[in-house]
Amino acid sequence: MSPDSHAFIFLNAFLINNFVLAMFLGLCPFLGVSGKVKTAWNMGLAVIFVMLVSSVCAFGINHLLVRFDLEFLRLISYIAVIASAVQLVEMFVKKFSPALFRTLGIFLPLITTNCAILGLALFQTNREYDFTQCLAFSLGAGAGFTLALVLMAGLREKLELADVPDTVTQAALSLMIAGLLSLTFMGFAGLGG
Amino acid sequence: MSTTGHHVVLRTSPHLRETPTVDVIMRNVVYALLPIVAFSIYQFGISVLALVLVCVGTCIAVEHLVCRWSHRPTTVNDWSVTITGLLLALTLPPGFPLWMAMVASVAGVGLGKLFFGGLGYNVMNPALIGRAFAQAAFTAPMTTWVPILAPDRFTSFIPSTFTLPFLRPESIQPWLEVVAPDGFSGATPLALMKFEQVPTDSLQLLLGSTAGSAGETSALLILLCGAYLVYRRMMEVRVTISVLVVAALTTLVFYLIDGDKYPGPLFMLCSGGLMLGAVFMATDMVASPVTPLGVWIYGGLIGFITIIIRLFGGLSEGIMYAILLANACSPLISSLTQPRRYGAPKKKGAA
Repeated sequence: MSPDSHAFIFLNAFLINNFVLAMFLGLCPFLGVSGKVKTAWNMGLAVIFVMLVSSVCAFGINHLLVRFDLEFLRLISYIAVIASAVQLVEMFVKKFSPALFRTLGIFLPLITTNCAILGLALFQTNREYDFTQCLAFSLGAGAGFTLALVLMAGLREKLELADVPDTVTQAALSLMIAGLLSLTFMGFAGLGG
Repeated sequence: MSTTGHHVVLRTSPHLRETPTVDVIMRNVVYALLPIVAFSIYQFGISVLALVLVCVGTCIAVEHLVCRWSHRPTTVNDWSVTITGLLLALTLPPGFPLWMAMVASVAGVGLGKLFFGGLGYNVMNPALIGRAFAQAAFTAPMTTWVPILAPDRFTSFIPSTFTLPFLRPESIQPWLEVVAPDGFSGATPLALMKFEQVPTDSLQLLLGSTAGSAGETSALLILLCGAYLVYRRMMEVRVTISVLVVAALTTLVFYLIDGDKYPGPLFMLCSGGLMLGAVFMATDMVASPVTPLGVWIYGGLIGFITIIIRLFGGLSEGIMYAILLANACSPLISSLTQPRRYGAPKKKGAA
């Protein structure tokens, strides 16, 4: 696969350079919302959605900034525009699809200013993806985030009944599972390359 | 006696038998592993013997000490940690430095098993966690292979075995020139196939006369040892079958697409650690799903990912990561494949 193809960009963000397990971005929602598979799944959907929105926004803003020679404003304008765009979409969803809002709603404000979202915008700018490549990248990153989150939640649910030693509290256990998952994902290194 | 062909079998009591306990099953797995260990020692010499002793010893010591420190009764007696030690040793290269093997054992048993509460709660196979840890930490020694049947293998160690702790092993090249004057490529059959497109004879792979990790060389012997466990009904044979079948089918698809570039199914099944993994590691009772359908899916996932990593990944062997990943998926597989309760109405749409 050529490194510019959409399939490779998707796969790369999905498995090989998974945002959570290989690049360690977005760890707070990863540790915080992975207690139950159901919530993890909804959170994952919300992340995919926000990543898509922010990818499109960042692509547009970057064009504007480059045109007016204002690249030094990239970071702050990405944050501001992504956060407000997600807020707008959230209000829109709340009005027109209450069911969808109940599923995703509470998660959206949680992740709009997350490092994974900002990282996605910055990566796609650095790698100079065109518009469709940006879409593939954000879908892959979102799907990869969801995969990591759901796997983690499955393991944590299984371990709820485990007889773990007293010294191993909740956070230590979660970090340990995250580490093992990360070790596992090393197997995908070099895939397709 | 009877003309209908039906025989009534008469037996005296007792008719109820004791169900096998954990330690009986685990002890039988150890028995099944011993021939593989013996064959490996025959092939690679006393270095493997040292490796096995160090791995098993360290694993047992870690389990015993951690149990004592966390004020629990020691669980060494259930034999499961012995299996972990044996399996870990079998997945390491024969000349692997002993201090690194100790580190891998501590990581496998300590972080992979006892951290989660010991046997029954480990989310992934402890031996493979140890190996994955070693692969990440000591990449070069993990891919240094030695030739089989070296002439002085029973009297001298492979030079890298006794590397001092916290030091990198020295190059074994001078030693290689002595034991294999005809030249040894230093690659496993899988690496040869992947990076240099050199196939290896399947019969050699089946009988195990190739280089590789300590216990991954003879496919036939591993199958025979697995058959013993299946006969004793102590192994989940459905996992093994689905791993092997899906791996063979996946290979076959690519082989039919481009037979010159991709190897055939028999080569894939017999080479590398696929057989050892499918028989002894994928079947780990704790880390595999519990539902009947889930077991098939789990095995198929392992077979598929293994072949994908082998054919398209950066590594030549993928069974370890495939099993670890399937272990991570197994709680989800279990919960998604819950059988319908007898008499319960069929689900309609989302639950």
